[in-house]
Amino acid sequence: MSTQEPFTIEQFYKFMTQKKLMAGRCLKCGKIHLPPRLLCDNCYGQQFEWMQISGKGKLVTYTVIHVAPQQFQALTPYAVGIVQLENGLRIPGMIPGLTQEQLKIGLELTLDFGTCSTSQTWPQWQRYCFEP
Amino acid sequence: MRLNGKPLVSIVSAGMSKFGKHDGLLAREIFSIAASEAFSRCPKLNPKSDIKALFIGQMGEAYEHQGHMGAVSADWAGLVGVPATRTESACASSGAALRAGIYAVMSGLADVVMVGGAEKMTHRTTSEVTEYLAMASDYPFEQFHGITFPGLFAMMATAHMHAYGTTEKQITMAAVKNHFHGSLNPKAHIQKEITLENAMASRYVAWPLKLYDCSLITDGASCLILTRPELASKYTDTPVQIVGSGQASDSIGLYERKSLTSLQSTKTAAKMAYDMAEVKPSDMNMAEVHDCFTFAELMAYEDLGFCKEGESGKLIESGETRLGGCIPVNTSGGLKAKGHPVGATGTAQAYEIYLQLTDQAGKRQVKDANIGLTHNVGGSGATAAVHIYRRDK
Repeated sequence: MSTQEPFTIEQFYKFMTQKKLMAGRCLKCGKIHLPPRLLCDNCYGQQFEWMQISGKGKLVTYTVIHVAPQQFQALTPYAVGIVQLENGLRIPGMIPGLTQEQLKIGLELTLDFGTCSTSQTWPQWQRYCFEP
Repeated sequence: MRLNGKPLVSIVSAGMSKFGKHDGLLAREIFSIAASEAFSRCPKLNPKSDIKALFIGQMGEAYEHQGHMGAVSADWAGLVGVPATRTESACASSGAALRAGIYAVMSGLADVVMVGGAEKMTHRTTSEVTEYLAMASDYPFEQFHGITFPGLFAMMATAHMHAYGTTEKQITMAAVKNHFHGSLNPKAHIQKEITLENAMASRYVAWPLKLYDCSLITDGASCLILTRPELASKYTDTPVQIVGSGQASDSIGLYERKSLTSLQSTKTAAKMAYDMAEVKPSDMNMAEVHDCFTFAELMAYEDLGFCKEGESGKLIESGETRLGGCIPVNTSGGLKAKGHPVGATGTAQAYEIYLQLTDQAGKRQVKDANIGLTHNVGGSGATAAVHIYRRDK
């Protein structure tokens, strides 16, 4: 695995375009950071390695958004939730296509790498989402 | 720090604008209304010569295209020249201003300090306000994915309902109670009672939270005048003592926190304040808690120790947090009915406790009130400030 890329949130989203879910692992204490960090909040280590992690996990909580900022208003109502991945780390995201009735805590979901939204000047990140 | 109940600072005066829709007034002008009340309550105070620092909580520059609110507020309060600093900790901005004022007084750098907050919101659309408020949550993993502020508290409510069987009805009961209290507060944004049936029938904002579970978009300002306890008698015969202060932070992202059903920041700040004052939750005669959403009030009951984890639904049902109960919560109407001009909320909570402990709370006066607590949360819980107040003995 390459260690050239900086351990930044920007880089996390760049990996999304390569269809990779990547976390940073601290070489000093072993803590896995999702999203990656430049400074380990556990041991203050500054050396990391990238590790690819599974996008499979379970829904730990959710809501259905009915009132949204302008940018997302056209999508309402839409479901969002927090998914606990197989390695125990959690990550939030949208769960398009599922209705209120289909959502439940414990539901198995998989990360979909999505497509890049270029509708705004910053950030031009690829918005992942979750699907059953 | 343990103070054996000795006061950290004394509140010698307090002011608050009416909370509501102030068409045509800017935040600085609303703040001048609150300042004017604090000055006129305390005729022995000479603001220009006595006040040595101002800390003002304001959440967002976006509402009025106006940053640098420290200097702006000092100017409009007639305090040009005084060191003035804006404290921004999202919805806990003026809870943080209060804490900063305590730092200033206890350090010995300033004998008399003004702390407060102001926010002007109602001239913006709901969509704009939703976007600005969300700025207090994590951008790259929450806002970027369309997760709103109500959405974050809704996800905590979902997890709590799943873990403890808390019901939507129990959650919404906090709105009914707080609107009842608001009906007794002439400065509340909404002074009308609501029924549980109507509240339950309101449309969803972020399931399971409905419109009536959300606090109000409000304009308002509030402030306090603090001094060293030994100087309080110079300004007033009825000071209110702050005997405990706690503030804590947590990960900005809800997804990074250990618990989805409680706020560690609240628990930590509360423990700091209780330990400092050498009191326990059951000693409180009343509390103003951060009900930005009804569910946040239930979670506060647990995190502040008013009931056990998972039992807040039962506590609201028992009626004990209503005026007349053993621990009345949000007698002002709370953020739900009094309103939530975000930057002004922390010191507005302190204003209510100040009125209660000086027997000036009118129809909503808590009988024999001696000790009270305020709980101010920033964002989805990445900041919490807890303060404990005691009637002067």
